[in-house]
Amino acid sequence: MSGELIIQAVISGLLMGLIYALVAVGLSLIFGLMEIVNFAHGEFLMLAMFTTFWFWALASLDPLLSLPLVAIILALAGILVHFGIIRRLLKAPMLAQVCGTFGLGVALRAGAQFLWTPDFRTITNPLIAGRVQIGPIFIGQPQLITGGICLLSFVALWWFVTRTETGLGLQATAQDRQAAAVMGIPTERMSALGWAIGLGCVGIAGSMLSTFYYIFPEVGVNFALLAFVAVALGGFGSILGSLVAGVLIGLVESLGGLLLDPSYKTLIVFGLYLAVVIVRPHGLFGRF
Amino acid sequence: MSSNQTDMLEAARAERLWPRPPLWVAALGAAAIALLLAYPFIFKASFSHHLMILILLYALMAQSWNVVAGLSGQISLGQAIFFGIGAYSSTVLFTKYAITPWAGLLVGMLLSALAAVAIGVPTLRLRGHYFAIATLLIGSSVQIVFQRWDWVGAASGLYVPIDRTSPLFYLQFHTSKVPYYYLALGAAAAGYLVVWKLRRSRFGFRLQALRDEPDAAASLGIAIARHKVLAFMISGAMMSVAGTFYGQYVLVLDPERLFSMEISIIVLLMTVLGGSGTLWGPALGAAILVPLSEYSRIWFGGTGRTIDLILYGILILLVCMWRPSGILSLLEERIRRRTGTP
Amino acid sequence: MSLLLDVKGLTKRYGGLTANAEMTFDVNEGEIVGIIGPNGAGKSTLFDLITGFQPPDAGRVLLDGRDITGLRPDRISRLGVARTFQKLKPFPDLTVTENVIVGALARTSDMKTARDQALESLAFVDLLEKRNHFARELSTGQRKRLELARGLAMSPRLILMDEVTGGVDQRTIAGLIELVLELKHRGLTIVTIEHNMQVIMRLADRILALHAGRRIAFGTPEQVRSEPAVVDAYLGTIDDAA
Repeated sequence: MSGELIIQAVISGLLMGLIYALVAVGLSLIFGLMEIVNFAHGEFLMLAMFTTFWFWALASLDPLLSLPLVAIILALAGILVHFGIIRRLLKAPMLAQVCGTFGLGVALRAGAQFLWTPDFRTITNPLIAGRVQIGPIFIGQPQLITGGICLLSFVALWWFVTRTETGLGLQATAQDRQAAAVMGIPTERMSALGWAIGLGCVGIAGSMLSTFYYIFPEVGVNFALLAFVAVALGGFGSILGSLVAGVLIGLVESLGGLLLDPSYKTLIVFGLYLAVVIVRPHGLFGRF
Repeated sequence: MSSNQTDMLEAARAERLWPRPPLWVAALGAAAIALLLAYPFIFKASFSHHLMILILLYALMAQSWNVVAGLSGQISLGQAIFFGIGAYSSTVLFTKYAITPWAGLLVGMLLSALAAVAIGVPTLRLRGHYFAIATLLIGSSVQIVFQRWDWVGAASGLYVPIDRTSPLFYLQFHTSKVPYYYLALGAAAAGYLVVWKLRRSRFGFRLQALRDEPDAAASLGIAIARHKVLAFMISGAMMSVAGTFYGQYVLVLDPERLFSMEISIIVLLMTVLGGSGTLWGPALGAAILVPLSEYSRIWFGGTGRTIDLILYGILILLVCMWRPSGILSLLEERIRRRTGTP
Repeated sequence: MSLLLDVKGLTKRYGGLTANAEMTFDVNEGEIVGIIGPNGAGKSTLFDLITGFQPPDAGRVLLDGRDITGLRPDRISRLGVARTFQKLKPFPDLTVTENVIVGALARTSDMKTARDQALESLAFVDLLEKRNHFARELSTGQRKRLELARGLAMSPRLILMDEVTGGVDQRTIAGLIELVLELKHRGLTIVTIEHNMQVIMRLADRILALHAGRRIAFGTPEQVRSEPAVVDAYLGTIDDAA
C-alpha cells in the first residue's frame, strides 16, 4: 500500500466529502427550521444533475455557466415545495411527514425514470475537464473545482446566516419559532427561505457533480443516504457539523474503499451512522 | 361521588366489554368471508386466482407494517428485510438440506424475529426520523450483503427445485393455483386474527399508548423499549411468513427483488392509504393497489412498473397531505365513538 | 405516620444552569405536601428527577426506604408512583375509557377488570358521561380530570400532581379540591405543585417552597407563610399573593 495511493484516496475523499457536506447542509437547515427530514432530498440532487445535463445537451450550455441557473431553479423549486406541500405536512403527524416526503422522492425518482429512461448519462468535455498533477498525485480538475465551489458555498452560507439580518432571522426561527414570530420575524417566509437555500445548495452540488459523475434517476439515493449520515453525525441544525461530518464521511468512504473491499464501503459508512446515533444521538454539534 | 355518577357507573359496568359491531358490519363481514372462501370457484380464471393471492399476501405484509408503525408508531422503511429473510430461509433449507418449506416457514419467522431484535434494540430508542433512516440504511446494507453472499446464490439468487411428487410437503402446486390461494388466505387470516386479538389485549393497548405519548405511557408502568421491540418482532415474523409463501409461489429468488425498496414502499402505502392503526386498513389498501398495479402492468407493459411507482409516490404524498389517517379511519372512528369497540 | 418518600440532596444541572440544587424534603404516608415557587423555580424538574424521567447529577430518592434514584420511569410507576404532567398528555386517538384502561393495566392483565377499574376512576372524577368520546375532544378541565383518573387507575400509593388546578375556572377548582381531599381520606399520599395559594393552603399538610432551584422553606403552612425568604420571593406575604 503505497503512500501515494493513500494520499490519492485522502484527497479524493476530501473533495467528495465537500459535496456530501453541501448536500447535507440543505437537509440540516430544513430540519433545523421545521423539524422535517426531507426524504426526497436525494431526488432533488438528481433533478439538479439532469437539469444541468439537459442545458448542456440541448442548449450547449456548459455546466460552469449553467451553475447559477440550476441553483436558482432548484431554489425556486424549494419555495414551491414549501408552499405547495410542506406547509400541509407540517400540520400532520410525524408518520405522515416522513411518509409524505418519502412518497415525493419515490414519485420524482420514478418520474425521472419514466421520462428519461434508466440510462446512465455523462457530460463529456466540460469546460473544466482535465487533470491537475501535484508531484505523483493526479487530481481530476472537475473534482478539484467542484470541491472549491462547495467550500466557497459553505463560506457564503456561513457568512449569510451569521452576518446578515435575514440570516439571523433564520437562526432565530430555527431556535425558537414562537419567540421569533413574537419579535416580528416572518417565520413562514423564513421556512420558505430555508427550503430555497437548502435546495439551492443541492443545485450547486448537483450541477458541479454532473461534470464528472454519472447522471441517472437512481443517483440521488446513495447521496441522500450519505447525507443523512452526515447530518446525523454532524448534528441536525448545525452548518459546521454538516461540513465536518460530510468531509469525514468522504474520507471514511474513500479510505475504506481502498483498505477494504470497495463494494463494502457503503456498509462502513452505514455502520458509522449507527454507531453515531446510538452513542451520541445529538451528533457532534447538534441540538436535536 | 354524586349519585348521578353511581347510576351511570352501574349502567356502564353492565355494558359489554367489547360491544357488538353494528348489524350491517356483521352482515358485510359474513358476506366477505363467504366470498373469500368460495372465490376460486366463482372466478375460475388463473389470473384472477393470481390476483387474489397477491392481494392476500400484500394484505398480510401491509398488516405487518401496521403493527410496527400504525399501532406502535415506529416508522420502518425496511420491512423488505424480513420478507427476504423469510423467502431465503425456507429456500436455502430446502435446496441445501431438503427440509420441507413448512419447517422453513418457522425457521424464517424465528430468524426474522431475531433480526428484529438485533436491529431494534439499538435503533428503536431513536427518535422517529432517526429510526426511519436507520431502517433505510440497514435495508440497503442487507441487500448489498445478500448480493455478495455466494452461499445464497449472490446476485443471481436461488431457484426452488421443482418437485411434483408431493405438493403439500414441498409446498409447490403446479396444476393449479387454487391450493396457493387457500394457503395465502389461511396465512392472511391468521395474521389478521393475531392483530385483532392484539388490539384488544393489554399489549395492544400499551402499544398504542406508547405510540401516542411515550412519557405518559412510561408513567403508567409501560416498559417502552421492550414493547417496541416485541412489536417489531411480531411485524418481522408476519413479513417473513409472506416471504416464505412468495418464495414458494414464484420459485425464483434474488436479492434485487426480495430486498427491494419497492416492497418496503408498497406496504407503507397500502396501510397509510387504507388507514394506519385500523384493523382492516391494510387489507383495503392492498385490495385497491394490487389490482391497480397488476392492470397497469398489463396496459403499459414494461414501463408499468415505473408508472406504478410514480402513482404510489404521488398517492402517498397526497394521502399524507390531506388525510394522513387513511380511508378507514373516519369510519372506524364513528363506530368506535358509538360502541367503544377498538 | 411512616416515611413514604425521602428526597435527599437532589441536584440537576444543565450546562451553566442549576435547575435543582440540593433538594431535600420528605413526605409521610397519607399526607399532602404542596410545592410552591415562582415560574422556573425547578418544580417540574424535581418531579422529573423523582419519577425517573431525568437522571439527577447528585442526590438520592427513597420510596418507602427503597432507593429508586435513577430508575427508569416505568419501573418507578410500577412501584406505585403515579404522576400527572403540566403539559397534559392524553392519548388522543383512544377514547376516554381506553385512556384510563391503560392506567388500570398496570395492575391487572385482565381486560374486563381493567375496564371496570377504569370506569370507577372515571366515576370518581366525574367524567363518565364522556367515556366514549375520544380524548382529543375534551376541554382542558376535562383533560386534567382524565389525566388524574388515569393515574388513579393504577392504584398508586403516591401521586405527584403537576398544576392540577392550572387553567380551570373557580367552580372546577372547588370540585378538584374536594377530589384531592377525598383521595387523602382514602389513604393516598399526594405531592402537588400548585400556583394557586388558596388551594395550597386548604390542601397541604406541609409545604415545600422553591426559588431558583433551591429549597427556601419546608414546613407547615403557617411556618412557610411567615418565612422571610418566602415572603421575599413572592414579593409580599402569601395572603397578599392569594
